[in-house]
Amino acid sequence: MATPSTNPADAAISAEHLVRRFGAVTAVNDISFRVEKGEIFGFLGPNGSGKTTIIKMLTGLLPLSEGDAWVQGLNVRTDAEAVRERIGYMSQKFSLYDDLTVLENLTFYGRIYSLPAERMRRRIDEIIQLNGLEPYLKRLAAQLSGGWKQRLALGCAMLHEPKLLFLDEPTAGIDPVARRQLWDLLFELSGQGITFFVTTHYMDEAERCSHVAYIYYGKMIADGTPAELKQLPDVQPAGTERIEIITPEVTRALRLARHIPGIRSATIFGESIHALVEDHFNLVDLRAQLQKDGITVTDIRPLTASLEDVFVELTYKHQALLEASRA
Amino acid sequence: MPNPFRGFGAVFYKEVLHVRRDPGTLFFSLLIPLLQMTVLGFGIDTNVRQVNTVVYNADGRQESRELIDRLKNSDTFHVIRYVENDHDLNDMIISGKARVGIKIPVDYSDRLIHQMSAQVLVLIDGSDSSVAGQAINVTTSIGLDESLRRSVADQTAPRAVDMRPKLLFNPDSRSPNFFLPGLTAILLLNVTTFLTAFAIVREKERGTLEQLFVTPVRPFGLLLGKLLPYFAIGFFELCNIVFFMRFVFRVPIHGSVLLLAFLSLPYIFVSLSLGMLISSKAATQGQAMQLAFLTILPSIFFSGYIFPRETMPLGFYIVSYFVPASYFINITRGIILRGAGFQHLWIDALALFAMGTFLLVIAARRFSNKIIMT
Repeated sequence: MATPSTNPADAAISAEHLVRRFGAVTAVNDISFRVEKGEIFGFLGPNGSGKTTIIKMLTGLLPLSEGDAWVQGLNVRTDAEAVRERIGYMSQKFSLYDDLTVLENLTFYGRIYSLPAERMRRRIDEIIQLNGLEPYLKRLAAQLSGGWKQRLALGCAMLHEPKLLFLDEPTAGIDPVARRQLWDLLFELSGQGITFFVTTHYMDEAERCSHVAYIYYGKMIADGTPAELKQLPDVQPAGTERIEIITPEVTRALRLARHIPGIRSATIFGESIHALVEDHFNLVDLRAQLQKDGITVTDIRPLTASLEDVFVELTYKHQALLEASRA
Repeated sequence: MPNPFRGFGAVFYKEVLHVRRDPGTLFFSLLIPLLQMTVLGFGIDTNVRQVNTVVYNADGRQESRELIDRLKNSDTFHVIRYVENDHDLNDMIISGKARVGIKIPVDYSDRLIHQMSAQVLVLIDGSDSSVAGQAINVTTSIGLDESLRRSVADQTAPRAVDMRPKLLFNPDSRSPNFFLPGLTAILLLNVTTFLTAFAIVREKERGTLEQLFVTPVRPFGLLLGKLLPYFAIGFFELCNIVFFMRFVFRVPIHGSVLLLAFLSLPYIFVSLSLGMLISSKAATQGQAMQLAFLTILPSIFFSGYIFPRETMPLGFYIVSYFVPASYFINITRGIILRGAGFQHLWIDALALFAMGTFLLVIAARRFSNKIIMT
């Protein structure tokens, strides 16, 4: 885009200073963000941080305490009904009817959105094709495996051809192959111009998003492309670099590493340690020091931050701020 | 040797916590028996008192008024209305407003003055056998007493006041005839209220309700869509019950079966709306079950199904006006036992319809406000 538009009507979602209070508790505290059309927007944060609350606000289920939001160009305060006609929603638990067949579930959703008979037939055919549901049409939803249930749920949510889909933890509890397949499907649909608002706890899924936001106790603490977030000063402070120490004795190595001056933080990742070190730090010395204490070091090499690093760093920082403000 | 009671302490501790976390359940399970006991203790007064009575005093002179005073003082009869002709007298009983009708003939005082026996007609609604029995006993004994009083004054007089009780409807006092029409109301409530309450709570438990609210479906669309199939089921069940009652238990139906079917519609509507309201409150099927039972109890005890409404203490009598089954039992007994027509029962049907609408609106409001918030 040459000059990015700031008009809320042009975005898939535009949220401005959203606030939601439940009694004395502020669940959503002054959150603003913008999702462009066709993006896969990954919305991350710990459980209870306000993700579902924001989805409910954007879908018109929960009134805003303050702020404003536009979804597909419609103001959710005044046009909630119209918003619900234009979006699809798939919740974190499988929420279709177990005692209805695949085809009956699809037909039910077609009727909810009052699709005319001809269009409903066409859309159901398309959804069956797209999601590969053909062999299961007469099967009860209860008898589908987790991955197929999610495909059916996605099919139901997009039957009325919404241009924006909210997926609340769509891959929670399904196996890796089904997860991969679901994401392939999301990319295909995104290529057709559909916008996705996805919440997830999986970092590999976050890496696949074109735009990521991270909220922590009702505050938005990161918003950008995955590449942008990895360059944030909080994540990669000036004068530091990330390294990976590969060793079979990660636990002992970690204990030692934490006492070595020049190492700012260190965490275990499988058979290696990810550490944030000062950039004048001599890696050869580090290897010697660890080996002196009897640790076998297979390799030490530079590392680029992962999104997990980003969120862990940001969470630590905001946790410290939160505790400081409470004290 | 392994301890067979291993884990007892831990489980006991956990169960105590469960109970403490959910005091509502405990409260209701403790309250219900107390409620039953209160009702059974106070509500069942085997001495039938204050029976609604209508009087047609065709005579109107001193002697006839004395007789009416004596009936009133007996505590058994509560005169709610004086009428001027036979038609109104009958109508009051058929519509269920009065259970006893007393007709004093135009020549009552004349016959007494001329030392002849004077007959008093006592019409008794036989559909409730305990009320009927008591009414017969009290009127005949007042008649005897009155006669005795007069014969003490004049030894030669014949038995002066001759009470002639006439049992209307259910003349052979068969108890199925009396209980089954009332039972219809209770059974129907069971089917309709429970089914609808569960139908929605199940969706809450599964999370499908949340999914539905993100679609253009609105609360009234949801509730009516849920209500209609169960309406049909409820109506089908009513037909079954009536068929059973008529052909298996051989309860004669004196009024119009079509009218009964028609007037059952508002009752089914109320029961379904009640189920909806319960489902807006309950989060689990267990809770729905408890709440539904809580509505069944008043329907059994306060509706006149077992204990005549007019013999209840005042507090319970007022409660009975808010129990839908009260109106429907009047409808079923009215049509089946007394052959009542639409003109006698339309007010009951209207009350049911109004209650149903009220409950449904509350349920829909709760769905649009509360459920979405959680």
